[in-house]
Amino acid sequence: MATSAPAKSEPTAQSRPVVRIGDRVFSALTLAAGILILLTLAGVAIFLLIQSWPVIGAQTTDPEQITGGGFFKYVWPLILGTLISAVIALIVATPFALGIALFTSHMSPRRLAPFLGYTIDLLAAIPSVVYGLWGLALAGNLVPVYRWLAENLGWIPIFAPDAEGTVSQTGRTMLTASLVLAIMILPIITSLVREVFLQTPRLQEEAALALGATRWEMIRMAVLPFGASGISSAIMLGLGRALGETMAVAMILSSGAFTWSLVVTGNQTIASEIAQNFPEAAGLRLSELISIGLVLFVITLLVNMAARAIVARTTVKGN
Amino acid sequence: MSKQIEIKDLDIYYGSFRAVEGVSMLIEPRTVTALIGPSGCGKSTVLRSLNRMHEVIPGAYVDGSVMMDGQDIYGAGVDPVNVRRQVGMVFQRANPFPTMSIKENVLAGVRLNNQRISRKDADDLAERALRGANLWEEVKDRLDLPGSGLSGGQQQRLCIARAIAVQPEVILMDEPCSALDPISTLAIEDLIAELKNEYTVVIVTHNMQQAARVSDRTGFFNIAGTGKPGKLIEYNDTEIIFSNPEKDDTQNYVSGRFG
Ligand SMILES: Nc1ncnc2c1ncn2[C@@H]1O[C@H](COP(=O)(O)OP(=O)(O)OP(=O)(O)O)[C@@H](O)[C@H]1O
Ligand SMILES: [Mg+2]
Repeated sequence: MATSAPAKSEPTAQSRPVVRIGDRVFSALTLAAGILILLTLAGVAIFLLIQSWPVIGAQTTDPEQITGGGFFKYVWPLILGTLISAVIALIVATPFALGIALFTSHMSPRRLAPFLGYTIDLLAAIPSVVYGLWGLALAGNLVPVYRWLAENLGWIPIFAPDAEGTVSQTGRTMLTASLVLAIMILPIITSLVREVFLQTPRLQEEAALALGATRWEMIRMAVLPFGASGISSAIMLGLGRALGETMAVAMILSSGAFTWSLVVTGNQTIASEIAQNFPEAAGLRLSELISIGLVLFVITLLVNMAARAIVARTTVKGN
Repeated sequence: MSKQIEIKDLDIYYGSFRAVEGVSMLIEPRTVTALIGPSGCGKSTVLRSLNRMHEVIPGAYVDGSVMMDGQDIYGAGVDPVNVRRQVGMVFQRANPFPTMSIKENVLAGVRLNNQRISRKDADDLAERALRGANLWEEVKDRLDLPGSGLSGGQQQRLCIARAIAVQPEVILMDEPCSALDPISTLAIEDLIAELKNEYTVVIVTHNMQQAARVSDRTGFFNIAGTGKPGKLIEYNDTEIIFSNPEKDDTQNYVSGRFG
């Protein structure tokens, strides 16, 4: 940019940048798409808010009308159940997802890798009803495990047996539901992380190898730091999926009152509570269900915002 | 610490494609050897065969031997990881680790070999390596900032510091200045002249003046045509290669009358 140029040129010519019609159309289209998304989101929020208004009214006048004797009393156990199941699912799924992603991207023989990647993507395509059925079959087989956990680790609240000193006889517990959730979110986390790992700049990998790094050391020096932000966003997406998963949990969990123990009957998640009660609900009950839907909506929104923040903080510029 | 390299009748393959054929060279310790030649003649391939980096590419292998002070780096039971710890490498584009600070970058290789280095030793070592790479004065006040915040030339010297921090026997450089401005290039060339006091240096370059300035010996590679293997045409003292080479091909190439 020559510094003398602006002085010479006409002021009017300078203040009117050239605009191409194609650019105009394109930016209008993208703006419209962006606004549409925001409108949809706002629409959903407003719908939920209006529909759950009776609950807010009831809460201020006569909380006893509401299931559980008050909105907060009703929703707290559900929020906890939702978060606990999602977090357990993440804790179980993440190490496997990272391991599988690393194996398929950097360790496996070249012929095997695409086949493995394809299999994982296939897992993501299985409908959740099928996972639910499979989880029911799994539940019975887990009963001995739960019994063992209660006998040996029962002093830890999450493995504590119930008042009669037993665990769930059907195995349809929070832990089973969480394990099935873990398997359901495994594919999405794995394939996202795998894509991230495959993007590692070759130059970074070679830098590590040329220093005499073993394959694992190379992964630690080059692949993982590069993938950090991608890994966190993949995990957050998995969390979002686990929070909202309805069908499998509704089928597997024999729901009941909140309890910290994961091996006895009880607990419930928001999505599953809505699915199980919606068909017979009317009037205030219906509004209750919609209001907890609003709560789930807010939780998911918060998780996504947190994910954004984390990704922004951990993004590195590769070269 | 500086080793002699003896390449004997080396063929290098990428799968079924023979990229380089019949290379034999004797590279003396504490010298700078330049590899020159037209694009695609296999300079990088030969260079990367000296620390077994070409093996990173699936299907790549060699036939022949590369002896370092009499030990075949392709011998049975030789781990390429150990070879690479003795033979440092600097790439065409500077590649510091973006998440690591300047100091951590320098120490990256050291940490692989020796996890439990004391803080003081680590600081000393980092300073020595950065001084060795003529970078200390420029970065001593920001050792804990990311390496990616440096200029291109500084990043390349950071990579050199990282390579010499592990005290290798040999340093390989593949067009280390091709992405740099003339000033940074001169800085690196000065550095190469100093590195020669301690290491065996092998450098690939497209810049004929650079080869003439920095190297003691020069190898000229050429290729008969696309799909044909590259060959070492002539290998001699740099002065002879640039003033009075034996082969016409070499004469044509160094005088710019190529092709
Ligand atoms: N990863 C690879 N896979 C297959 N063939 C390769 C690979 N890398 C290089 N080759 C081939 O080997 C031959 C030599 O390549 P090389 O990169 O060693 O040339 P070069 O002399 O370094 O060229 P340049 O000056 O352009 O860097 C070329 O024919 C090239 O196509
Ligand atoms: Mg090259």
